[in-house]
Parts: sequence; structure tokens; C-alpha cells
Amino acid sequence: MTPHPRAELFLWAAQRVTAVFLAFFVLVHLATIVYAVRGGLTAAEILARTHSSLVIPFFYLFFVLAASIHGAIGLRNVAAEWLGWRGASADAAVSLVGLALLALGLRAVLAVAA
Amino acid sequence: MEHLQVDVWRGGAEGSYQRFEVPRRASQTVLDVVTHIQRFIDPTLAYRFACRVGMCGSCAMMVNGKPRWTCRTHVDKVARDAALTLAPLANMPVVRDLVADMREFFDKWGRARGQFVPTRTRHQEFARVDPRSSARREADAAIECIGCGICYAACDVVRWNPDYLGPAALNRAWTLQNDARDGAHAARLEAVSGDAGCHSCHTQMSCTEFCPKRLSPTRSIAGLKRESLWSFLQPGSRKP
Amino acid sequence: MMRPARNHPAWWAFLVHRLSGLALTLFLPAHFLALGTALRGEARLDAFLRWTDRPWVIAGEWILVTLLAAHLAGGLRLLALELLPWREWQKTLAAVAAGFAVVAGLAFALAR
Repeated sequence: MTPHPRAELFLWAAQRVTAVFLAFFVLVHLATIVYAVRGGLTAAEILARTHSSLVIPFFYLFFVLAASIHGAIGLRNVAAEWLGWRGASADAAVSLVGLALLALGLRAVLAVAA
Repeated sequence: MEHLQVDVWRGGAEGSYQRFEVPRRASQTVLDVVTHIQRFIDPTLAYRFACRVGMCGSCAMMVNGKPRWTCRTHVDKVARDAALTLAPLANMPVVRDLVADMREFFDKWGRARGQFVPTRTRHQEFARVDPRSSARREADAAIECIGCGICYAACDVVRWNPDYLGPAALNRAWTLQNDARDGAHAARLEAVSGDAGCHSCHTQMSCTEFCPKRLSPTRSIAGLKRESLWSFLQPGSRKP
Repeated sequence: MMRPARNHPAWWAFLVHRLSGLALTLFLPAHFLALGTALRGEARLDAFLRWTDRPWVIAGEWILVTLLAAHLAGGLRLLALELLPWREWQKTLAAVAAGFAVVAGLAFALAR
């Protein structure tokens, strides 16, 4: 029992679309990391940055959303090709992982933004 | 006289490698080696060849782990320490010894709708196709495939995904999508989409690496991905 | 059945992309949980950050940053190969992607 090819095309397209957004998010994140770790990293510095503007929590919100979708779809491919795990149970499992990533990520954004 | 140690797969899915000693000669091809074994040492060895000049693709098999045409593979180029290992084409069931069962390979060609669907009859004018048009150039870049199965044997996605149509079938589908005379574009695009189709290609490019005709199925498959994405985002924009 | 040979650049690019993606997906929950310690106050996050000052953690961070850069660069290469019209120079994209990953890793290592 396989999903309709149209659904599979949608997943493939979603993977690429989230990839484009993530390209931007990750570039910003990498630059931020390299800049921020200079001279050591403290919680005060991190929280000062994340509280400095509303743009930053929203940036991470969309980052988390895109990464959760992108990672889950990627895992679906790996499960199918390297574990031979396909079908409804595999789809359910990767969806759970995606939702877990989303939940943990949203919690993290709240932790540093609230 | 120098000899080659040649390990040859004997049997079907179950079997083992049998070692033969074959005299080494100048300008020898792997096909020469296999033929020597069958003619002078063990007549029960099963293998395929036809044209023996690199035109038909029948002699394709795994030579030291790489899918090649044996008639176009010089022993000097591939034999390390005068040793060769020969096996039937990967990703296909084994009929016997070095002969692979290519039925599924060709079935997938059909599932990909890799057949030309005409839109004119002989009562109408000839179709005029400009060879310089971008569509025809795309088709021409991929059209020389003779269905030898090497790309299919080289592909890891074929190995990991039993439904995957494979590089040859998808490559042929691409040539037909670029054929202005063909009447099945929409149906074919549907046939080559999804996890069994072009969207499972991971651009590993093993097909392109090993194709003896120097075709690039990866390129064709990328074309199918673009076309299907465009059709998905703008349904109805492509002519049927 | 003999497994086909895989020793060409595009295959390595695939493997790096897949393994880095897997590693990052496995790392993400830990990353989110670490940041989540801030829910219990700045001091908790700071305590965690002090814990990460160990050499093996810093080495791990460096590996992750490099993997992230590699996955990004490899992904951009794939988007180019799949969405842009096919050009021959695209073969060198794998090398460019690898170069970017190395540079990013280096920048992090020097900054940390």
C-alpha cells in the first residue's frame, strides 16, 4: 500500500521548499554562531540577543517549523531506503518525530524569548 | 606465459565463485577471457554477448565490482595483480552464472510509459522537428540509450527501492517528454512521478559514471523533476 | 550479488549529505532541550553553557557546525542540479560545497 504519487511529489516539493527557507535561516544562524562564540558564550548574552527584538523569536519560530518538516521528510527517505521501512507505519513514525521536533523547538523558542 | 586468475560467479541466486586460470594475451578484452573459459575450459558456463564491438550492450556484467561491457573492457585496464572477478549485472535476478534476468528492467521501462505515442497517421504531413530546438537537443542528448542495463545495475536507489523505475526507463521517458510529436506527455509525467519515479533519484550519478555511451540519466531525471514540479505548481499549463 | 562501485564525487556528496542530515536530526532534540533549560531561569542556561566548555564538547560542536555547513552547501548544490537547466560546470559544485563546509568549520574553530 503506497501513497498516491501526487502525495509523494508534494512531500518532495515540501522538502525542497523548506530547504530554500532553511538555506537562509542556516546562513544567518551560522554567522550568528561564529560571531556569538567569540570570547566565550554566556546565557546573559544569548538572552539579551533573543530579547532585543521581536524579529528574532519569529525568525527561530519559522526556522523550527521548516527544520521539523524538512528533517521528518528526510528521515522518511532514510527509513525507506536503509531500513526498508515503508508504508503507513513508517509515515506515522516520521510524523511523530516531526511533531516532537516541532514541540521541543517551540518550547526552546519560548524559553529564550519569553 | 602469464596467466590471469579469474573468479566467475557460478549458479543462480545461490552459488559461488569458481576460479579459472586463463592465458593472458596482448589487447585482450574481458569478453575474450570469458569466451576462452567457455570454449576451452568449461562449456557449461552461461554468458551473453552478440556484436562484440560495443554496439549492442548484451555483454554487460560486473567486472571487479563495476558494471561494464566486457567487449569494451581491456584486461590491462582493470586487472589488478592479474586478477579478475566476474559476476552477473547487479540489481537483477540471476538466471545462471553470468546471465541476468532483465525482465523487470524492461517492465519498468513500460511502467514509465517509455513508448512513443503517435499523434499523426501516414495520411498526414510529416511532422517538422527543428533539431536545434531546445526540446530536441534535450532529447538528442539522451536518445542513444540501447537498454544495456548498466546504469540500472550501478544505481543504489534501484538496490534500495524495489519499485524505483531506474535511470534507463526515466531517461527514455525524458526523451519522449521532449518529443514534440508524442501524445502522452501528461500521462507519462504522472507515471514517472513519486517514490517509484524521478523523485527518488538522489543524484548519486552512478548511472552517468558508468554509462558506456556517456549518457547522463541524472540530467534527464533532473529534467523530469523540473517538469513535474512545474506541472504541480501550475496545473494545466503543460500541453497534454 | 556484487555491489556496484561508488568511488566517485557525486556519490560521496550524497553520502555526506545524508549522514550529516541524520546527525543534525539526531542532534536537534538535544539542542532544543539545552535551550529549554532557560525556562528555569538564566542561571540554569548558564550552568549548562559552562558544562559545554569541555574540550570534547567543543570538538563535538565544531563537528556539528561543519556538518551543518556541509549539509547546507550540499543542499544548495542539489537545488542547483535539480532546478536549474543542466550545465557541465555543475559537476564542480561538489568541490565548492566541500570547500564552503571546511571554511565554515574553520571560522567556528577560530572563533570558539
